[in-house]
Amino acid sequence: MTTADVQSKGYIKPYSINVGPQHPAAHGVLRLITEMDGEVVERCDPHIGLLHRGTEKLIEYKTYIQSVPYFDRLDYVAPMAQEHAYAIAVEKLLGITAPRRGQIIRVMFTEISRVLNHILCIGTGALDVGAVTPALWGFEQREVMMEFYERVCGARLHANYIRPGGVHQDLPAGLADDIWEFTERFPKFYADVDRLLTENRIFKQRTVDIGVVTDQEALDWGFSGPMLRASNVAWDLRKAQPYDIYEELDFDVPVGTTGDCWARYLVRMEEMLQSIKIIRQCLVKLKDTPGPVKVQDRKVAPPKRGEMKSSMEALIHHFKLYTEGYHVPAGETYSVIETPKGEFGVYLVSDGSNRPYRCKIRPPAFVHLAALNFMSQGHMLADVIAIIGSLDIVFGEIDR
Amino acid sequence: MSDQALKELGDHIKSGLSDVVLSTEVKLGELVVTVQRPAIVRVLTFLRDEPACQFKLLMDICGVDWPAREERFDVVYNLLSLKHNHRVRVKVHTDEDTPVPSATAVFNSANWFERETWDLFGVFFADHPDLRRILTDYGFDGHPLRKDFPLTGYVEMRYDDEQKRVVYEPVKLTQEFRSFDFLSPWEGMTGVMLPGDEKARGPITGSESK
Repeated sequence: MTTADVQSKGYIKPYSINVGPQHPAAHGVLRLITEMDGEVVERCDPHIGLLHRGTEKLIEYKTYIQSVPYFDRLDYVAPMAQEHAYAIAVEKLLGITAPRRGQIIRVMFTEISRVLNHILCIGTGALDVGAVTPALWGFEQREVMMEFYERVCGARLHANYIRPGGVHQDLPAGLADDIWEFTERFPKFYADVDRLLTENRIFKQRTVDIGVVTDQEALDWGFSGPMLRASNVAWDLRKAQPYDIYEELDFDVPVGTTGDCWARYLVRMEEMLQSIKIIRQCLVKLKDTPGPVKVQDRKVAPPKRGEMKSSMEALIHHFKLYTEGYHVPAGETYSVIETPKGEFGVYLVSDGSNRPYRCKIRPPAFVHLAALNFMSQGHMLADVIAIIGSLDIVFGEIDR
Repeated sequence: MSDQALKELGDHIKSGLSDVVLSTEVKLGELVVTVQRPAIVRVLTFLRDEPACQFKLLMDICGVDWPAREERFDVVYNLLSLKHNHRVRVKVHTDEDTPVPSATAVFNSANWFERETWDLFGVFFADHPDLRRILTDYGFDGHPLRKDFPLTGYVEMRYDDEQKRVVYEPVKLTQEFRSFDFLSPWEGMTGVMLPGDEKARGPITGSESK
């Protein structure tokens, strides 16, 4: 086709645009090769793996305890939720259950992670379509919650707190009260964001009817979490296959009806309120549940510092645990939990030694990004950005 | 879901696909079905459409490497049924050269998972529409999750200021990668004879030596 053709027939030659890997709307290091017909996307090919660190390979060379921190580095927006999944997988192979207080703390922090995640997703999603304020306000709230992380484990992001067999330490004094106070303040923030975005004309123009996924398509593409629920499929692992103490908790599962970017936004907003509800229930339960936070089997969980000062046996256990680790009986399990982004699965194969033989991580966002091509076809390039914002992708877990 | 119900489901799958199912077992409350490799598409279609199964979601495909085995790779499919709220794990065996039929025609979600398995293990999927590498670098050589691939890899890259581009070089380690053998002598040493053990085990024949 020559330039003359273009001029005479009014025909625009299809061309391809390279977006990323360094682009503020790419949510990390996403490289998109888009084939465009004018401003309409014909094909969109995500190139991923730019943040691939070989987590699964590294885990094969580490003991079970040493593998925990790698899970923080997957979805670094909600670190503890991944640890929770790994802890449940290892506990299943070991045949142990965490004590009740440990389970409550774990669930509480997974829900704090969910709020952390959704605030970031909604904030940056809104940023992608032009609203700056929710992101700024959101980061203020995230900082408060990261402080909770820091107080409980000493790190804002890379927690290494939820371990197979429970959690590492009990809550420090005063933390429970501060979390309670935060849950009282949170609805104010929620209302502010709600007022800014939900019925905002520009926001709705950019998100309603964009990236529509029907329920059948969502199943076919293997969606999970808010992405699946926004497509009118009422499915939540916390309700359907409850783990830890979720069975006793009272919360609702929001379901969207339209399956577009706006429905996904609404589902996430409501999930934050439900998470706050769960956190409050956990705090009430914690008050009248004293006791250990990790299993008392010294072959799995380390002894207390104080104990080690006086007991030779405790010292030996501590040394053995942090050098050799524990041997996990041979077997395999595919354990899942509902992380903020969806079904996070850990397929763990043990050969009876102290190191995982194979640890496959099933990141929910990987599957959602795989559907980007199908979701963005026929949309404008700017809509692709809105869709990516609603997918809630974090490259730590997609690239592993 | 109880083990009994899973066992019944396993029996149901076995009776529906009796010619291709090699084994079914329930372990740790999870149902594992091993099938013959050429029939995997038929098996997945059956699991998706059969009213008692209804596994509408393919959650995961991954490889596992067992180098000592003749067909060294397991390809593992994890499926989920929302209707009946249960899961099943389907396994096929393969080696480096034999392709596994692609599941992309049955589940769209299989596309990237198969690309990943191809990338990391070198398991080839026949009839896959777009079998490119996905996680490793452009032009990467080898399949890193195989057990015979070293943890450090073979090449490292750096930015060369003279050539003004990124260059690849063989890996240079200032310290060899140390893989500690943490097996404790009490647990790892059963059935091993150390010098002197024969004194404890052998018959004490003090009179013979005289």
